[in-house]
Amino acid sequence: MAMTQSAPEIPVLQLAGVRKTFGSFEAVAGIDMKIREGEFVTIVGPSGSGKTTLLRMLAGLESPSDGAIELRGRRINDVPSNRRPTCLVFQSLALFPHRTVGQNIEFPLKVRKVAPAERKARALELLRMVRLPEDIYGKNVMRCSGGERQRVALARAFAYDPDVLFFDEPLSALDYKLKKTLEKELKDLHRASGKTFVYITHSLEEAMVMSDRIGVMRAGKIVQIGSPSDIYAAPRTKFVAEFFGELNAIELRREGAGYVRADGAPIALPPTALESARAWALIRPELMRFAAPEGSANTVAGTVVNEYSFGSRNQFQVLSEGRTWLVEAPRGSDSPRLGDAVTLGWDAADTLVVED
Amino acid sequence: MAAPADTPRRRPGTRSPIPPGLRAAVPVLLLLIFGFVAPLLTVAAFSIAEPRSYDVFTSFTLANYAQIFDPANSVWMSFAWSLALAALVVGILLVACYPVAWGLVHVFGRWAPAISAILVFPLFVSENVRLYGWVLFFIKGGVLDGVLKVFGIGPVTDLLYTPGMTLFGMSYVYFSFMLFPMVLGLAMVPRDLVDAARDLGASRLMIWREVELPLAMPGILIGMLLTFVLAAGAVAEAKILGGQSVITIAQDIETAFTYAQNWPLGAALAMVLVVIVGALALFVMGRLDLDRILGRR
Repeated sequence: MAMTQSAPEIPVLQLAGVRKTFGSFEAVAGIDMKIREGEFVTIVGPSGSGKTTLLRMLAGLESPSDGAIELRGRRINDVPSNRRPTCLVFQSLALFPHRTVGQNIEFPLKVRKVAPAERKARALELLRMVRLPEDIYGKNVMRCSGGERQRVALARAFAYDPDVLFFDEPLSALDYKLKKTLEKELKDLHRASGKTFVYITHSLEEAMVMSDRIGVMRAGKIVQIGSPSDIYAAPRTKFVAEFFGELNAIELRREGAGYVRADGAPIALPPTALESARAWALIRPELMRFAAPEGSANTVAGTVVNEYSFGSRNQFQVLSEGRTWLVEAPRGSDSPRLGDAVTLGWDAADTLVVED
Repeated sequence: MAAPADTPRRRPGTRSPIPPGLRAAVPVLLLLIFGFVAPLLTVAAFSIAEPRSYDVFTSFTLANYAQIFDPANSVWMSFAWSLALAALVVGILLVACYPVAWGLVHVFGRWAPAISAILVFPLFVSENVRLYGWVLFFIKGGVLDGVLKVFGIGPVTDLLYTPGMTLFGMSYVYFSFMLFPMVLGLAMVPRDLVDAARDLGASRLMIWREVELPLAMPGILIGMLLTFVLAAGAVAEAKILGGQSVITIAQDIETAFTYAQNWPLGAALAMVLVVIVGALALFVMGRLDLDRILGRR
């Protein structure tokens, strides 16, 4: 496919104002995005955020209501799924239950009228690539384990030899250990193949392991896109920050050139370029301490009402004036007990100031 | 209810000698024995009784079967007509029902229940009444003839009382028996599999041949089996619409039991039909995976 090799500045996929409505419901509400050749991009979002619809539009299984999808500079809005050099690995895997592993993998080759001997050779090669034994070739796909099916679906997608592979939460049904193994294998496969991967999941943890870039989706829009470390260090909104785990959130309101606590209590904040009327100060539980910082307004007095063990660390719930604060401390450190009166504190520098 | 947690378990020694599975199956077993096995055995017994007698269980002869397989007897014509008509009905209904079934599953959307209801509604009316309705439609001076006359076409004659009209009647009566199993079969094809096949480059024809048809096959086979069995035993269509231009095997059996008062011959004819249809049913059922149809897998 020498013709399709293009200059690196042209993205392999480009979306401009892509929208999808079902009746009066707007599933995807205008997405602009560029995906570079060979990138591993993950779209993260809660259920109903429109990520599956977005992926189905990219794969050609839905057509956008508005906007343009371009593949290497060519508009593909109306190109049917079977004519796109892309392939989707379904959440259900969509393996053909009445066929063997071999027949499943060879399906796209059969479609292209590849000779049977050549098909089989290619299928065995793909089985090796996804680390499955060759003797699984003749096995009915319904008799395979969850992990095996996962790999067969991957091998079948690779048999199509697409330029871009889409993944719709394919690992969501697997147990934790297998999921971790497959995440890493998928990442290895991505590196080895050099193909572009677009992956969607509701698990940020999954996204962090594999992705070059992560886009966070909410209510049909991508609210932030960037490298995993960028998003972790500088979430733009409370929604994005919360995707990385639990937070202590303090509502802020604009006053003069800066922000004050919405409830009027004093707070010391780091400098911010934000100008919105409403904002949030976010402090991660592991950055809270059982001590008031020297000469700072960032302190709260309360009572320990709950304690949870997270293995290497413990989380405490502290009740103060009707709201709970989360504090985490390494296991075995000098921690308070249930019912203890405590003073909490945090540094202004550890506070994230973000939009609503 | 006192102390619900401490209900004592029955000790092994006090258990009833009949295993619980068998005990639970007793009602069904009784129904099968008295409702299905006993009548069939009676028919079988009659078929080996002395011809034109009622000496069931006391006489034994194969004379009735000999009479059926005697080349001089033309009863094979009835078998041939019934089986040929049944095969044709299956063929016609396969072609006629597939688009309707596909539409009910994929196209009609919220209208599908209403359309299903309209298709089922005729079943609430007796088959004979519906067939006489068609007689009024096709008869000389009837609905069709009258309407055509208004447009200056016709007169149309001799539509009724032909083998073709018998075939039409059977196809009409057994339409739903093909349609609904087919709908079930097509509805069993997961949407994802069709999408995946398309995504992997397959054309419409290829998707149909490789995914849709094989996965819908259990439902289609059930429909074929039902319509074939019903059509092979049909009699009213040939009598009312076909005007006995064709004698079906069911009519021969009926005649033997009533007009001819030769129960043993009727029973022997019935047994031959049961064996033919039964062999076919076993062959088809052997190819069905009921677990998959009922969604247990």
